[in-house]
Amino acid sequence: MTDLLAIGTRKGLWLARSEDDRRSWTLDGPHLLAQEVAAVAIDTRRPEPRVLAGTQYGHWGPTVMWSDDLGGAWNETDHGAITFPEDTGAALARVWQLRPDSAERPDVVWAGCEPHSLWRSTDGGCSFELVRGLYDHPHRPTWEPGGGGGAVHTVLPDPASDRVTVAMSTGGVYVSDDGGDKWEPRNRGITVVFGPDPLPEYGQCVHKVAVDAAGPDRMYAQNHFGVFRTDDAGVSWTSIAEGLPVDFGFPIVASPHTPDTAWVIPLVADMQRVPKDGRLRVHRTRDAGETWTELGNGLPDGNWSAVMRDAFCSDGHGTTGLYFGTRDGCVYASADEGDSFTLVADHLPDVLTVRAASLP
Amino acid sequence: MEVVLPGVLADLAGGSKHLRVESGGATVADLLDALAAEHPLLARRIRDETGKVRRFVNVYVDGEDVRYSEGVATPVKDGAVVQVLPSVAGG
Repeated sequence: MTDLLAIGTRKGLWLARSEDDRRSWTLDGPHLLAQEVAAVAIDTRRPEPRVLAGTQYGHWGPTVMWSDDLGGAWNETDHGAITFPEDTGAALARVWQLRPDSAERPDVVWAGCEPHSLWRSTDGGCSFELVRGLYDHPHRPTWEPGGGGGAVHTVLPDPASDRVTVAMSTGGVYVSDDGGDKWEPRNRGITVVFGPDPLPEYGQCVHKVAVDAAGPDRMYAQNHFGVFRTDDAGVSWTSIAEGLPVDFGFPIVASPHTPDTAWVIPLVADMQRVPKDGRLRVHRTRDAGETWTELGNGLPDGNWSAVMRDAFCSDGHGTTGLYFGTRDGCVYASADEGDSFTLVADHLPDVLTVRAASLP
Repeated sequence: MEVVLPGVLADLAGGSKHLRVESGGATVADLLDALAAEHPLLARRIRDETGKVRRFVNVYVDGEDVRYSEGVATPVKDGAVVQVLPSVAGG
């Protein structure tokens, strides 16, 4: 078995491989050199795994590219994989998220994009159709761009139903129970610090949402200040930040197997996006956020970088592997659920996204 | 009309930096539409889906930047040379 780690950066994509159950890694790249890769996915539902990359040429615009031979050759759709319909007057600015759906929907791939939009592919990610139900939502004009741009950055299709959950900066969490036609905001309890109402119905700057292994109704959110949990599919959220040193940050990852287990990488504040005291640390909960444990074995002190919202992921092993990359181009891996980390790569460009998969 | 491409885009036009394009129209937009019919991927590098020339792409008609003329509505006469260049940007 090969473990594959895709690392998207501001200036290209790298692929790391491990043949020894994640103890050591070899790095292959750059692929797509000089292209920003802000979204990446490894689609293992196909006979040959497909690597999907949301790319952005500095001059020549964004698109989705794919490789069916692990980076040997890259393909793209002539007319653009993602193009806004003419009546919208909009143009694609960046692909923020690529998310293969379940094995039962083998050709469906979702994309979250800037400007705020959700897209659905039924051909494995070669071409996408705008999900009009969300784009035409009456709230959309109020979804302001965050510092990185206004985007749907999180897409969570429920493998067992037609529910789709998205998160946006800004906008917050929206849920559709019919596959994307009708949407409702689900942010009650998630706070904002940048508006006069601390608890609006929508408009939050939710940085990332992850689904707990117990089931789709329990989710975690790393917010623009605050970490929250819902047990009712987002109808209400409660703070689980007590026990963290600081509650700002971007990514949050939930265990794919073990209920109540999740990880965050806190930063001091929106205007101080660095680890507290320069100590790059992961924090883990085993009880759905009631308590947190700091994990730092193998992680550096004197680190003044940051981890972006999609630059943290897990793998599918029974003992969950964790992977994250920093804005100073370091990539760390843990094969023991965060108890210890090793350096996979350094001196890369800013890491924007990582995704891991096991290949036969 | 002749379209001159930077080397980095030539691969999308069969390897040639110099293309002969018959647009059947009178403007830069018409010319780029004709280019898109023949080389859609190349055209997507130059313009977004709204038809707007990308922010960091410059298009010149006989040496004049169309941004300071009429944009993609800039007239293109028979025999004109239309040059596409990446602007000052990078990373």
